[in-house]
Amino acid sequence: MGAAIGMPLTLVAIAAAITYFKKWGYLWREWITTVDAKRIGIMYGSVAIIMLARGVFDALMIRSQTALGGPGGSHLFSTDTYQQVFTSHGVIMIFFVAMGLMFALFNIAVPLMIGTRDVAFPFLNAVSFWLFFAGMILVNGSLIFGGFSIGGWLGYPPLTELQYSPGPGVDYWIWSLQIAGIGSLLSGINFFVTILKHRAPGMTFMRMPIFVWSVLVTTVLIMIAFPMLTASLALLSLDRLMGMHFFTSLGGGNPMMYINLIWAWGHPEVYILVMPAFGIFSEVVATFSRKKLFGYKTMVIALIAIMFFSFVVWQHHFFTMGAGGDVNAFFGIMTMIIAIPTGVKLFNWLFTMYRGRISFASPMVWFMCFAVTFTIGGVTGVLMAVPAIDFQVHNTLFLVAHFHNVIIGGVVFGYLAAITYWFPKMFGFHLHEGLGKAAAYFWQVGFLLAFMPLYALGLMGAVRRLDNYSDPTWIPFFIVSAVGVVVVGVGIACQLLQIAYSIWKRKELRASGDPWDGRTLEWSVPSPAPFYNYAIIPTVSRVDEWWYQKQEGVKAPKDSDYKDIVLPKNTSFGFVIGMTAFVFSGALIWHIWWLVIVSFIAVVVMIIMRTMDDFTEYTIPAAEVMKMDKEARA
Amino acid sequence: MVAKRDKAQLGFWLYLMTDSMLFTSLFATYMILRNSTNGGPGGSELFSMSFVLVETLILLTSSYVCGLANLAIHNGRKKEFVMYLGATIALGIAFLTMELTEFGKLIAEGHGPQASAFLSAFFTLVGTHGLHITVGLIWAMVLIWALYRQGRQEDILRKFSLFAVFWHFLDIVWIFIFTIVYVMGVK
Repeated sequence: MGAAIGMPLTLVAIAAAITYFKKWGYLWREWITTVDAKRIGIMYGSVAIIMLARGVFDALMIRSQTALGGPGGSHLFSTDTYQQVFTSHGVIMIFFVAMGLMFALFNIAVPLMIGTRDVAFPFLNAVSFWLFFAGMILVNGSLIFGGFSIGGWLGYPPLTELQYSPGPGVDYWIWSLQIAGIGSLLSGINFFVTILKHRAPGMTFMRMPIFVWSVLVTTVLIMIAFPMLTASLALLSLDRLMGMHFFTSLGGGNPMMYINLIWAWGHPEVYILVMPAFGIFSEVVATFSRKKLFGYKTMVIALIAIMFFSFVVWQHHFFTMGAGGDVNAFFGIMTMIIAIPTGVKLFNWLFTMYRGRISFASPMVWFMCFAVTFTIGGVTGVLMAVPAIDFQVHNTLFLVAHFHNVIIGGVVFGYLAAITYWFPKMFGFHLHEGLGKAAAYFWQVGFLLAFMPLYALGLMGAVRRLDNYSDPTWIPFFIVSAVGVVVVGVGIACQLLQIAYSIWKRKELRASGDPWDGRTLEWSVPSPAPFYNYAIIPTVSRVDEWWYQKQEGVKAPKDSDYKDIVLPKNTSFGFVIGMTAFVFSGALIWHIWWLVIVSFIAVVVMIIMRTMDDFTEYTIPAAEVMKMDKEARA
Repeated sequence: MVAKRDKAQLGFWLYLMTDSMLFTSLFATYMILRNSTNGGPGGSELFSMSFVLVETLILLTSSYVCGLANLAIHNGRKKEFVMYLGATIALGIAFLTMELTEFGKLIAEGHGPQASAFLSAFFTLVGTHGLHITVGLIWAMVLIWALYRQGRQEDILRKFSLFAVFWHFLDIVWIFIFTIVYVMGVK
């Protein structure tokens, strides 16, 4: 309704603005066809921030509905709309906000931190982004054309089977996740190879920044988990398109099979989201405490331990399946064990701060909010790891409060800290500190208001996803919760204002190459980072190389140090393949079979054409590199 | 800088690992659903072991011939390479034809993928392997075309080495299908 009119209008306005300022050519040459990881990262980030605004708007709709949904209350939306809203809220927040910000940070920080010029497969990186983008359009497009799924973010069958969801909504959900998921899988491979093969000379595994470690274990999780998502969505799709019987209630189908499969992906997925946040805080806390990270080795061991354990806990999402006491006990104990390496991390950060010279810049404020919030979330998580207790609170708002507690407190706070932290490196100026801190406090207070009442409601028996209820004592809790969402909304408004204001005042907020007195290599290059990242590839001999180089005095490079640079050429193939994948998915959703075939063949032909091209790189001569580097450093 | 070939090879091996996770999911689904025949016939009534054995031998031979092609290109014998790769393609097509014949027969007898959860899982698992074989066939044909088009030894070698790994991988997956679906299904 509102969205159906608002979104096209916004798009038309943006298109008109681009035309008016004659920026189409610039956009095409510099952004759409780019294979530069930093630019791809910025595009990921921009999409994710816009999606965050939409996701919070969805949240506001959900909580308004429940605030008014008490006995004698009124309905803001129909139940059907409400179901679409909570489904799209979850899908957008996980896949297009959290995953988007995560890949933004991978792209922005990883190549710079390991001292390389680009990722291992720059073209593949562009394909990943455009697949993600195509998935994003599908989710949002469904608002206007045909409606979205009502099945919740994981789309449990048999509700999502053709029999109960005959419309295109579930198909939108399947295909937007499917193509975005394939993009994520490709990125996972890409960054794993980048970290393994592209590190600067001397950077052994145990000299990598912890953020890079966290990305490494995350990519392992992505590579193992995402194929299971692809498989489960494909099977559900076969049920719907071809009339098969994997998860149907008839024909021998087994819906619990789907729930096992999707959570075998879904549980590692939440660790995929949170581990980079752990990595970010490891960088942030060390930088702003002016101290070496406490317990580097235990940090690495903890990351790897979490990586393993995250694959043996998925069944705790459905203890109520009836797998029996032994199975539940196994998964319950495994779940509790994960709390140990996570606790190790938290203590490491606190010990890093201990006797450090702490400065409370906004990334550090985010850390403080994280440390408190995430711990509360972790404790309620361990509580629910006890199967007997889980039976009581399964599928209640208690669970909803728990996972928002860890995802907002862990993932969102971490990524928002990272945006503030690395923003100067990308753009050459700071984000406004005051507004940044205000945003953090509004988020923190809003979060507590929005979710603490849900714990209580959950214990009182309120189930998740309900939109009306008959118990008048619940009303105040729901109202407080709705107020909390509004406060979070104010926090986000602060952030949007912060971005706009910082762009406006960018001359005064100009940042040097090393604005935070950083420790890792990315702070050794000028800000904004040049497109070739490093004029001269650095050599590493210890953890926090840049910090110690600064102590010893940074030597100016000799003219003979400059070498020719080989970089990948821009290409439109990434964009075109992404858009064709979008057409392919759209055709499948609407059962336009000829278009399915045509677009599929088009994708195959384009991939073949691209692999046939052996001349995808260009060289910048050493003399020119030297000239550009001296200008950037002047 | 890292050699392009080195990176591509690592990346491709990782892709194969992800692909094996995809197949793992399908195998797991098949194992769970293999007895959910919805009152219809199970594997022991539907599968013909001798037919599948011939199919298997054809695929294994194609892998062997693919290895010969690998030797040929490494020694720079282009004609021989094209011959062996051509034979690989021919055997691959024969395998695919047999698979489609089996599918066609099952569907014609009313045992299509819609008949039961067991058959859905069967068609999807074996069909996904067949789809991979199809991709491999197209890839091999493109390689021959690329050889005639540009013929730079180094580029062809790099691309072919990836194809060879892919083809052997599909062989291994088929061994699992042969064991889990057919041998265990018939007994």
